[in-house]
Amino acid sequence: MRPYEFWWRFRKNRAAEISSYCILLFIVVAVCASWISSYDPFALGNEPFLPPQRDHLMGTDDLGRDTFSRVLYGTQVSLMVGFLAAATSLIVGTAVGSVSGYFGGLVDDVLMRATEYVLVIPRFFLALLIVALLGTGITKIILVIGFLSWPEIARVVRAQFLTFKEREFVLAARAMGMKDWKIIFAEILPNAIPPAIVVGSFLVARAILLEAGLSFLGLGDPNYISWGMLLSDAQERIWYSMWLAIFPGLAISLLVLSINLFGDGVNDALNPKLKEK
Amino acid sequence: MSSDGSVKTYILRRLIHAGPLLLCVIVFNFTLIHLAPGDPIESLIGEFPAPDAYVEEMKRAFGLDQSLHVQLWLYIKAILKGNLGFSFYYREPVLTVILERVPATLQLMVPALLFSVVFGVVLGVLAARKPYSLSDNSVSSFALLGYCVPVFWLGQMLMLVFSIKLGWLPSQGIRTLGAELQGFAAFGDRLSHLLLPVLALSIRHMAINARIMRSSMLEVSYEDYITLARSKGLAEKKIVAGHMLPNALLPVVTIIGLDVGFLFTGSVLVETVFGWPGIGRLMYESILKRDYPVLMGTFMITTVLVVVTNLIVDIVYLWLDPRVKYDRKK
Repeated sequence: MRPYEFWWRFRKNRAAEISSYCILLFIVVAVCASWISSYDPFALGNEPFLPPQRDHLMGTDDLGRDTFSRVLYGTQVSLMVGFLAAATSLIVGTAVGSVSGYFGGLVDDVLMRATEYVLVIPRFFLALLIVALLGTGITKIILVIGFLSWPEIARVVRAQFLTFKEREFVLAARAMGMKDWKIIFAEILPNAIPPAIVVGSFLVARAILLEAGLSFLGLGDPNYISWGMLLSDAQERIWYSMWLAIFPGLAISLLVLSINLFGDGVNDALNPKLKEK
Repeated sequence: MSSDGSVKTYILRRLIHAGPLLLCVIVFNFTLIHLAPGDPIESLIGEFPAPDAYVEEMKRAFGLDQSLHVQLWLYIKAILKGNLGFSFYYREPVLTVILERVPATLQLMVPALLFSVVFGVVLGVLAARKPYSLSDNSVSSFALLGYCVPVFWLGQMLMLVFSIKLGWLPSQGIRTLGAELQGFAAFGDRLSHLLLPVLALSIRHMAINARIMRSSMLEVSYEDYITLARSKGLAEKKIVAGHMLPNALLPVVTIIGLDVGFLFTGSVLVETVFGWPGIGRLMYESILKRDYPVLMGTFMITTVLVVVTNLIVDIVYLWLDPRVKYDRKK
């Protein structure tokens, strides 16, 4: 499928098109946070607990920090963790899925058992445990979330390998004496990437929710502002300053919603037949 | 079902598979203790001023002066005997601390599970009746939103509306402290505390179940046996209840096992929002207090609970699936 054909199909789904603009907006906000916000997100000194008003669009918190600036900066962590964690899962999952599907046999058994294990264990608890014991750096959080979310990718990639490895073009490549790794990378993998990307886009959304959950429990990176942390701070003060809880939550929900709709759109555009059924 | 050999071996095989998983979890915890910065003894005891005699005893019990494989062996043996360590914050064995909190979490999870499955199925069936109609679109939008909103923020917003603004329901805890309530009043008090956390916890799963139920009802409706039932002139209600539902329910049953794992996750967050004294709240406090043995113990216990529920779900699935029954008769 050529790019313009993909875009044409993708745009037929209005919700997906709008959500892709939303995601773009979030990215712009994350990159330009320091230019958009008129306050330093860490700066104290404004009047505390101001409700939303012209100078402070989302009010101020207990230490007089501007909530709007803090929500803007929070976009950076959410997007960074979301995309990098999903990329980690994509790499690990594709590696496991390809090897498992291509070689089959004992390797497949062992890898699929491992996949099943990771799916079954309460992964959020495991993430909590690892971050609590090993420390709360942003790289660690990204890696932990990434390494706990690969099974979904591995299953999809493996299924693709199982369908494609008996096709004529692969058999022909093997008959020509092509090496295994070259068949995997050059012949089969390109066919397995699109469905993996679809699953990967949903993983971005899930990673963002996971990171928010971790930092809500106080396990975020203390050097960065994250939406989960803002909601955790708001928890104690919700009785008299609800704006502290409303805006960061809206931001998470909107971003996660956009990414999920975007993923749906990509899925529909890649599998036009499914939609018509 | 008990007379059937193949089902028995299937269940036995699943039980045998669960063994290595639990072993993996134990080995994982062990690795984590040694990977954590600082002395492993800190991870085994938590960051508390423990008496020197106890520290020495722990060092000896877990063979910290011996080679790693001896340590691993001693650790596995201790865990399998049910010794998950001692919590210095609670001044009780970890297992006792955790088991004391399990009932409160189950009080949240069981109603949430029932609620999300029943309403999810009903919504899914309603949506699938007329695809792309107004009712379908509203159910689908609700399902999408429910899936995207962070569960702890949903809890906060429910609290904001129903406790703070309207004042209808209590915002914190499992019951009114200090109130000496009896009989029906006590029950009502419990129920009013339960309502918001259960709602917050179940909406996400209700949304997932509704989505799955909708697509599986639509899929089933294309099957030949439904066309046959229609051509026989069966009433639409009978077709839905008697022919479509039993088959369309299977995917929902499959994910209940996974749901339980995610409900545990949700309950950590929801319990933190509503000050609910269960496993989740315990975990939150243990993070703050750096009570590592409790954290590791909770991870282990919840894994066991999730594995057991998955096993039960598998058995229920075998019992529900019409195709499995067909195979058995042969």
